[in-house]
This record gives sequence, structure tokens and C-alpha cells, in this order.
Amino acid sequence: MPILNNRLTASEYQQNFSDIHPPFETADAALVEANRCLFCYDAPCTKSCPTGIDVPKFIKQISTDNIKGSAHTIFKSNIMGAGCSKVCPVEKLCEGACVFNLMEEAPIPIAKLQRYSTEKAMANHWQLFKRKPSTGKKVAVVGAGPAGLSCAHMLSREGVDVIIFEKENKGGGLMTYGIAAYKVTPQFCQDEVDYITAIGGIEIRYEQELGKNLLLADLQKNYDAVYLGIGVGLARKLDIPGEELEGVADALTFIYDIRDKGYEHVAVGDKVAVIGMGMTAIDAATQAKRLGAKEVTLVYRRTENEKPCTQAELDIAKMDGCNIIWLAAPKEVIGVEGKVKTLVCSRMQLGEPDASGRRSPVDTGETFALEVDMVIKAAGQMPFEELVQKNGIENRAGKIILNAGCETNIRGVFAGGDAVNGGKEVVDAVQAGKNGAKAIMDFFGAV
Amino acid sequence: MADISANLLGIKSPNPYWLASAPPTDKKINVLRAFEAGWGGVVWKTLGSQVKNVSSRYSAVNFNGARVMGFNNIELISDRPLDINLREIEECIRLFPDRAMVVSLMADNDRESWHELIKKVEDTGAHGLELNFGCPHGMTERGMGAAVGQDPEIARMVVGWVMEKATIPVITKLTPNVHSPVPTGKACVEAGTNALSLINTIQSITGIDLNTLVPNPYVAGKSVFGGYCGPAVKPIALKMLTNITQDPITSRVPVSGIGGISTWRDAVEFMLLGATTVQVCTAAMKHGFRIIEDLCEGLNNWMDEKEYKTIYDFIGKSVEKITHWEDLDINYHHIAKINQDKCIHCGLCYIACEDGSHQSINLQYGKPYNTYTIKEEECVGCNLCQLICPVVDCITMEEHRVAPEYLNWKEYQRLGLPLNDH
Repeated sequence: MPILNNRLTASEYQQNFSDIHPPFETADAALVEANRCLFCYDAPCTKSCPTGIDVPKFIKQISTDNIKGSAHTIFKSNIMGAGCSKVCPVEKLCEGACVFNLMEEAPIPIAKLQRYSTEKAMANHWQLFKRKPSTGKKVAVVGAGPAGLSCAHMLSREGVDVIIFEKENKGGGLMTYGIAAYKVTPQFCQDEVDYITAIGGIEIRYEQELGKNLLLADLQKNYDAVYLGIGVGLARKLDIPGEELEGVADALTFIYDIRDKGYEHVAVGDKVAVIGMGMTAIDAATQAKRLGAKEVTLVYRRTENEKPCTQAELDIAKMDGCNIIWLAAPKEVIGVEGKVKTLVCSRMQLGEPDASGRRSPVDTGETFALEVDMVIKAAGQMPFEELVQKNGIENRAGKIILNAGCETNIRGVFAGGDAVNGGKEVVDAVQAGKNGAKAIMDFFGAV
Repeated sequence: MADISANLLGIKSPNPYWLASAPPTDKKINVLRAFEAGWGGVVWKTLGSQVKNVSSRYSAVNFNGARVMGFNNIELISDRPLDINLREIEECIRLFPDRAMVVSLMADNDRESWHELIKKVEDTGAHGLELNFGCPHGMTERGMGAAVGQDPEIARMVVGWVMEKATIPVITKLTPNVHSPVPTGKACVEAGTNALSLINTIQSITGIDLNTLVPNPYVAGKSVFGGYCGPAVKPIALKMLTNITQDPITSRVPVSGIGGISTWRDAVEFMLLGATTVQVCTAAMKHGFRIIEDLCEGLNNWMDEKEYKTIYDFIGKSVEKITHWEDLDINYHHIAKINQDKCIHCGLCYIACEDGSHQSINLQYGKPYNTYTIKEEECVGCNLCQLICPVVDCITMEEHRVAPEYLNWKEYQRLGLPLNDH
């Protein structure tokens, strides 16, 4: 059972990784859906969007053929509105709240309509925002992910100059590095970063890593404020025997390689086990299958009721033919000649609710074995605890603690996004960036 | 099965649906197809002096993605040679003797022209004549069409000429491009017309191309006012029909109703307000003649449910229900009620009432769903929320009379009852 790359033909790869939610093919198709929208007042969709996009308004603007206005309405609230239209779990956000659900009718395809307007804006390079006159202020943003980019754009609009320091050599953060290729392409991610920075006043410096070639103290000295959008980085370890064997991979690395190296260069096993049931686990499992793995099994320690991924995501995995084993926790990876051979799992049962409010898994003592040649770990990511600690930033298990004004315990140092919440959606990070920018502007007003 | 046949002054048709004088009735090929489909009759497209038409001819108003809510045209009367039209009319009558064949006429403004045209048309065996006093574009510039219908005295004179000659029933078609169709209708009835029909089309501009800045329909960089019709004009047509069927003089003659009729329900409404037959054009132009099937079946089923044996059992039944504002019962009051089980929390009732009516709906914030309830003491019973609510029967209007007895405005004033204090 070898781990091999180049399992499929070019056209098979093409087909497997094509856009999973294709756009409207014609303007008329978009209009049919736009015209269905009831134009709700104090709309549930808007209230269910972490960035509060005025959904009824942007849809109305599509129906009046004011696409520029529509894109502006979206970007005004969410500068990553284009990316979010592709990666948001809309079934639990805007579309899940659409009032048509209450009539047992299909909700308005809000994401698809949002993509319609924002794609046109990006393709035509519409610059929909004008910077206010320079305030003379300079802000350092650490991390060019959704939180950092959103914060930078909002600050730039306010006439602040922003330097973003990014440890990788591309912007976009997890949007670029951590999402399935059939949702967003690397090219799209690059275009989105370019579109956001086209407002001016934002410079991204790549391969600048905090704690390595970048020091917080220097940033504090050289800039009027600092915003930390450093995300979470380290894959949670399983802490089980055999984790070091050849064939045990980390989901984010696996996903990143697919996007970075090209499909045919990414090796995948015949039989793959994926540990976890979050969005990243699903992205890893479905893409393993789409790379040509014969059998993919998702292993999750709780039941379907507690799953962190959405039903729509789970359905993708099921449609791709992935197996699912509920109430199973990895216990040991057994190898032969240093390579993965078997994954031993403990059978779990549900006990009392834990801190998350979900019933916690309890080991029954029974075990079972899965014959696999690859194990992909997607059991969540860890905050940069050591880095945060070393810089004297107050935190809770690595998650940065903020005051009501998005400020850390260090005056002038602000933060937001995954680094604070421990890992949520892109759209949450965008809102965190906006909040951070507002807090920084308030800070400038106060000093 | 109810009997849906109609008889207007001896012009018989197996159902009350006639195709109005328009492109669908301008030649044998269409008319035969219409008769084959089941249409009760046709009013052949207006014959008269020789004209030439332009390109383009039609334009439309769309609404929220629905096509052709309103429609307009700048087409003139038939541009085919008269003798071909007359020959084809005769052939259609021979092939479908049980269908109504009415011919629309618009002669030059002199007695001889009218007499000559009437003679030729009667020779085809047609069952009736319809005088086109309504066409609002093109022909008016030559003193015909609506130019006749807008001046009661000219209309009276022309009808007089027609009645001198005609031996078959004469229907005079009225224009809506007047403040009321009654003055001209009266003049025509007094001059002897056997029946009236209305409405013809309404002068209009349907829209402007925002790239070229030329209004629709486009003819080499220019446009003209067109005649508006289709579903959008139905309410205006119903109002004008009621003016005619309520007036003591015009109500003496039967009426053929026209204006935006697309469904059997529309037809029933026209008949309830006094029309004996109805004429359809835009709906047939949009969907083809096949719509006659549901027009007949729907009417038949409705009549069966209401136990009406013939159309005469319900024609005109709603005429007396349109009254004067001063006679309305001020003591009648109803209040909106929102069924919380059906409410989908769209907030459309709230914002409509808040910004457009009487601030009578309460918003209780929820995430993501607000709860909306009626402030009964504030509700004036205007219907706005109910009209706007997207859910069937979610908002109902419940009767809460102010007092049991009937009270109109004149009485109210006489009694010195209090006016609003806000």
C-alpha cells in the first residue's frame, strides 16, 4: 500500500478540483435569484453575517443592474467579500437565516450573488474606496491574513499608512494556505490580496516572522500602533505512539502542498484516515479522495450532533465517498519499516458536557484497528503560545486577551482574528480586523 | 357544466372571449388558428384608409423580472390591402360560422367614406362592426381614432353617419385618453350606437434606453407615444367600464370589456362590472392562442362553484357595489392581525407601516429573527401590511366595528362627531 503521487490524469485532476460552487453562468440567471429576494427589513441574513453585510441592499442592487453599487455595499462591510462568497459556511450564517427557510423554500443563494458582484468588481479593477487625506500615522500589521488585510484596508481608508509583515511569501493567510483548492484557487487568493491593497497606502513585506526576524519592540518603536493578526499555526499533536512515522501528515501542510505544488506532485495513500471533523478535516479528506486515494475514512471522537463542520461540508465528504467513523479516537499508529500500517482507535461514548457545552467523549476501553497507509491529522490548530508569552502579551492558553477596545495588555498593541478567538471563520477574522482598525483610530483620537 | 356562451345584440359566440382588434386578428392565418384553438370570436384588425407601418412597433414594461407587465405599440390600423382583408374575413366566417366576426373600422372623416366601408364589410357576412374611436397614436394626427373619441360631438356625428348605413350591430370603442369615457359614450349612445366597448390603449412611454437615451420603441433614433395595454392597465379599464355601466344613458347598451385581461379571473371581474363579452390581446400576443383553454375552463369551474348557469346570472353584479365615498360606512373598522405561526420575520410589514403608514407595528428585537405584532389601538386598518406580506394568510384583517350602526360622512358631520386628534 504505497503513498504515491501522480495517481490521476491531468483531466481527472482538472475535474476533481474544479469550482465546487460554480458562479452564475449568465446575468439573467443571477437576476432570477436576485428578484426572488424579499428585501427583508432588519434582515436575518445581515444579522447572521459576522461582518454585517447589508445583504438585501446588495441583492437589490443586482436587480437594478447597479453592480458597482452592489460590490461597494459588500466590500464596505467585508473587504474579503469575494473570498468569503466562496469559503463562508453560509448554511449556518446568512443563507441559514434566510426567511425562505421558514417557508420550506430554498433560501436565496446569497453567496453566489455576492460572488457575482464581487467577481465583476475584481475583474474590472473597480476601485470603490477613496483614501481620506493622510493622517500622518503609521501602523504595523503583523500577518497578511484576513484579519490583517481587513484591518489594513480599513486603516488605509482612514488615511493611515500601513506596513504588513507576513511570514510566508504570499498574502491571504489561511485563505491562501488552508482551504480546499476546489473552493478558492491560489490565483484567486493572490488577486484578492492585490485588489485589497490596490487602494494604496498598504505595503506588504514578506518573509518577516515575528520573534525571528521581526521584533515587537522595534514595531512599537517605529510605528504609531501595532496590530497582531498572527492567526494560529501549529497543528494540534495527537500525542499518541507512532505519530512520527512516515505517512502521518498534518492537514494544513497537506492542503497547502496541493495548492502550492500542483495536484500531481502531492502524494496520497491508498487508504487514508483523517483525524477530526472540522472544516479542515473535511477539506483534507475530500481532497485526498480527489487526488486518487482509494479509501478515505474520517475518524471523529464524538457523534454527528457535536460535529464542528457544517452539514453541507459533511455532505461533500459523503458525496465524495469518504467513510465516517463516529465515536472513535486515535490511540496508536503502528508502522512497518517506519511506515504507517495500522491506526488503532479507541471506541468512545458520550459523557457529561464539557467547557464547549458539547458532551465530551469518554473512552470505553474497546479498540479497533484500521489498515491504512496514511494518517492526516486535522484535530485543530494551536495558538502561538510561546511567541505570545515571550512578548509579554496576556493570553489564555496562547489565545491573546483583549480589552473592550481590541487592545492587548500592551498599550498601542492591538490584535484580532484566530490569534484571539483560537480559530474561526474567515469572515470572523475580517470583522476582527475592522474592529481593530476602529480601535486604533479611537486610540489615535485619544492620544 | 355551466353555459358560457355569449350573445351580444345577436352576435353569438360559444364563449365570451373575443380577440381584440390587433395584430392577432389581422389576417386569415391567425384568425383560423384562433378559432381552432377555441376563441369565441374576433374583432378583425381595423380596416380603413391605406397606411404603412414602421419598425420597430412594440415595447414593454417588465417588473421584478416578470416580462411584459405592461405593453405598448405604435402600430397603425391594418396595412394590408382592403380587398384581401375582406376576402379573408368572408373565408373565416364560412369556415367557422359559429364564431363571432366583428370588424373594426376607421374610415376617413366623411360620410361617404364610412358608408362605402360599411357596405363592403357587411357584404362579407360579418356579424357586427366596431368603430375605432380609440387608437391613440398615428391615426390621431390624421384626425381619426382617439381624435374622434376625445370629442363627443365629432363622435356623435360619425356614429350618426354609421347608423344611417349599418344593418348589423354597431359597437363603438372608446378611448381612455379622456378624463371620463362617459361624455363620448353618451354622445355615441344618443347617436344610436348599439353597444360600446372599452378601453382602447392609453398614451404612454414605457421607458428609455439609458445608453442611447432614446425612448422605446426605437425607430431610427426617435420614438412616439405608444398605446399602453396589458395587465398594468386592467385597473384603469375596470374603472372606466364602471363609469359606463353606472351612467343612466351609457348603461342602456351592452358593453364589450377590454384592457389587460389575461386570465379567467380578470374576465369575470370585467363581467361583474357589466361587460357581456371580453376582448383579449396582449395575453394572446405573449402566450399564443392556447390560453383560451384555461380562460374557458376556469370560468366554467368558477360558475359551477357559484352555481351560475349562464354568464347572465352574474354579469353586472358588482356594479352597484362601487359607491360614492360619502356613502361609505365610517363605523366599519378592521385591524390587522399577524399569525405568529406563519410569520417568517421578513419585517416588510413593519417597515411599510413605520415609514409608509401609521406606525402601528411593534418590533421586538431578536437575533436573527425579530417578532412583529400589531399595536391594535394604533392600526387604522389600511391593509398596507397585508398587501405587502409575502406569506399567504399570515396577516388577516379582523373586523372591529366602531359601532354597530351604519354611519356615513355626512351624518358624521351633522352629528358633530370628533375628528382625529393626532
